[in-house]
Amino acid sequence: MTALSRLRAPIGAVVLGLGILAAGLTLLGYDAGAALAALGRGAFGSWYAVTSATLVRAVPLIVIGLGIAISFRAGALNIGAEGQFAAGAMAATAAALAVGRWPAIAAVPAVLVAGAVGGAAWVAIPVVLRARYRVQEVISTLLLNFVADALVSFMVQGPLQESKRIYPQSDPIAAAARLPLVPGTRLHLGFFLAIVLVGVVAVIFSRTIWGFRLKAVGEAPLAAVVTGRIDVDRTVAGALLWSGALAGLAGALEVSGVTYALFQNLSPGYGFTAIAVALIARLDPIAILIAGLGFGALEAGAAGMQRDAGVPAVAVSVVQATIIVVALLTIARARLGRGEAAA
Amino acid sequence: MIDATAPVVGFLAAAVRIGTPLLWAAAGEVLAERSGVINLSVEGSMLAGCLGAAIGAHMAGDPWIGMAVGLMAGAVVALGFAAVAIWARTDQIITGTALTMASVGITGLIYRQLIRGQETGLSLTTLAPYPVPLLSAIPVVGPVLFNQPVPTYLAVAAILVIWAVLFRTTLGLRLRAGGEAAEAARAQGVRVRLIQTGAVVVGGAMAGFGGATLVLAQVGTFAERMTAGRGFIAIAIVVLGRWHPAGVALAALAFGAATALQYVFQAMGLAVPYQLFLMLPYLLALAALTGVAGRVRAPAGLGRTVE
Repeated sequence: MTALSRLRAPIGAVVLGLGILAAGLTLLGYDAGAALAALGRGAFGSWYAVTSATLVRAVPLIVIGLGIAISFRAGALNIGAEGQFAAGAMAATAAALAVGRWPAIAAVPAVLVAGAVGGAAWVAIPVVLRARYRVQEVISTLLLNFVADALVSFMVQGPLQESKRIYPQSDPIAAAARLPLVPGTRLHLGFFLAIVLVGVVAVIFSRTIWGFRLKAVGEAPLAAVVTGRIDVDRTVAGALLWSGALAGLAGALEVSGVTYALFQNLSPGYGFTAIAVALIARLDPIAILIAGLGFGALEAGAAGMQRDAGVPAVAVSVVQATIIVVALLTIARARLGRGEAAA
Repeated sequence: MIDATAPVVGFLAAAVRIGTPLLWAAAGEVLAERSGVINLSVEGSMLAGCLGAAIGAHMAGDPWIGMAVGLMAGAVVALGFAAVAIWARTDQIITGTALTMASVGITGLIYRQLIRGQETGLSLTTLAPYPVPLLSAIPVVGPVLFNQPVPTYLAVAAILVIWAVLFRTTLGLRLRAGGEAAEAARAQGVRVRLIQTGAVVVGGAMAGFGGATLVLAQVGTFAERMTAGRGFIAIAIVVLGRWHPAGVALAALAFGAATALQYVFQAMGLAVPYQLFLMLPYLLALAALTGVAGRVRAPAGLGRTVE
């Protein structure tokens, strides 16, 4: 397959998604042209828009997307990244408020590790429920999103509320716990960490035994059991824990790189958008980087659209859903094509 | 004299009222899952049903028009799901998640367009409780079960109809056969995917009706994302109810009771953070799943794409 034909489906998906959005907006009486122009400006309109909106929003999508790729490869459908992101953000905020007097070289890693541990701990509940009680992770991870949401609400009005006890948010974290920025922009160190993680996960998938096990378990669990060489339950549990850790890390990056405090609704649905990112990238890390940048542009554009054209940013979830569906259709067609060729 | 049963009656009546939308959605999902399809777009169907009901009731000034529009809106979302997941044979779980995402976006967009330039939300004519003559006069049972809005009574009828169709008709037998062993059923001449489509669309319509009930018999207005995962709880309820209409009815009532508990605690003046009550239904769903998940058997073909 040439590079160009590989890109055809994703580009088609984006064009179709934007087309549906434009048609919907026109139907509802908006100026679709102005809305799409505002979307484009919000994402690419200036150097500042690219670095400080598009790239910043791509970070959580890439990091969570890598985690989703790990769990989906093992056939474990973690659709609770939204909750794991929130758990990571809570843990990171608590850590950042505790280590404020540390030097940055120690404080920042402590905050990021706390976030990853928080996310892994949150997904540990579904992991245990699956291992001990055979509860499907699809339902448990999904339900825990709502619990995490309520927990954040409790935290910002309870233990983590700012010292004046007026606003539902945490105190701002100390400068030492914040990620360094690229001068003149809002782009934080997390972006470069995300790129490194892409490389690490790519190597894991293609060159390690663990990567092979994930694929074996995901594609043919029965065969993996029969060979006796692969412990399926353990592989799936590990995949889920790592995917939760990455989502939690994304939450920590958001707190220590973007918001500097814990809020309610910290994520505009990154946990779900990242599913689209991972799927359209066919769970391939390098493609997740590219798709994450594309969806980051879409998120940044949505904010611009709301600001400049008065179109609610939530409209973009229609585009994202369209892209997921097109990605699924492409995967299904490829699978059918293979089936026919084999028959 | 103060009636000592009043708090209990109030609690139980609230449990039934809150459980009704869940019951509609879960009963619909029983149909889909028995036919072999796990449909996560019920959440989207419910949300679409909410908005459809609000618009219908607002425009026509008649709550029953709203109920009908809500039902149709739920069916439309399910039709989209069926077209992609059943006919284009994509992964059911991800497709359901995507359709729910799309529903959140579309309902939010339409709602904001509707209230643009208005000071307040939509004003809606809602469904008042309809006391059943004679029966509603029975102490305790009367006000709990027989002084409810009409959708609650209809839900009982729907449960009976679904039970009869599933277990007493050839269509029900075919539907269940498709959910257990699609290949074998097809060899017997059953049009599995057609039946699945019917089950999913009827189920989505019921979820839409449940959403409409939430708006017009419970909350009285529309808000973005107002279903807040009720559709996903309905999926847990189906597991708890062991894929049986009667079991699902009981499980839905239990969830209504869990949510209604907050009124009891508030009345008792307990200083429990309100977020705990927000979490309660989801935690209860998880706890309950641990009790049954290993012991009940899902339809053998559940979630599997029929080639």
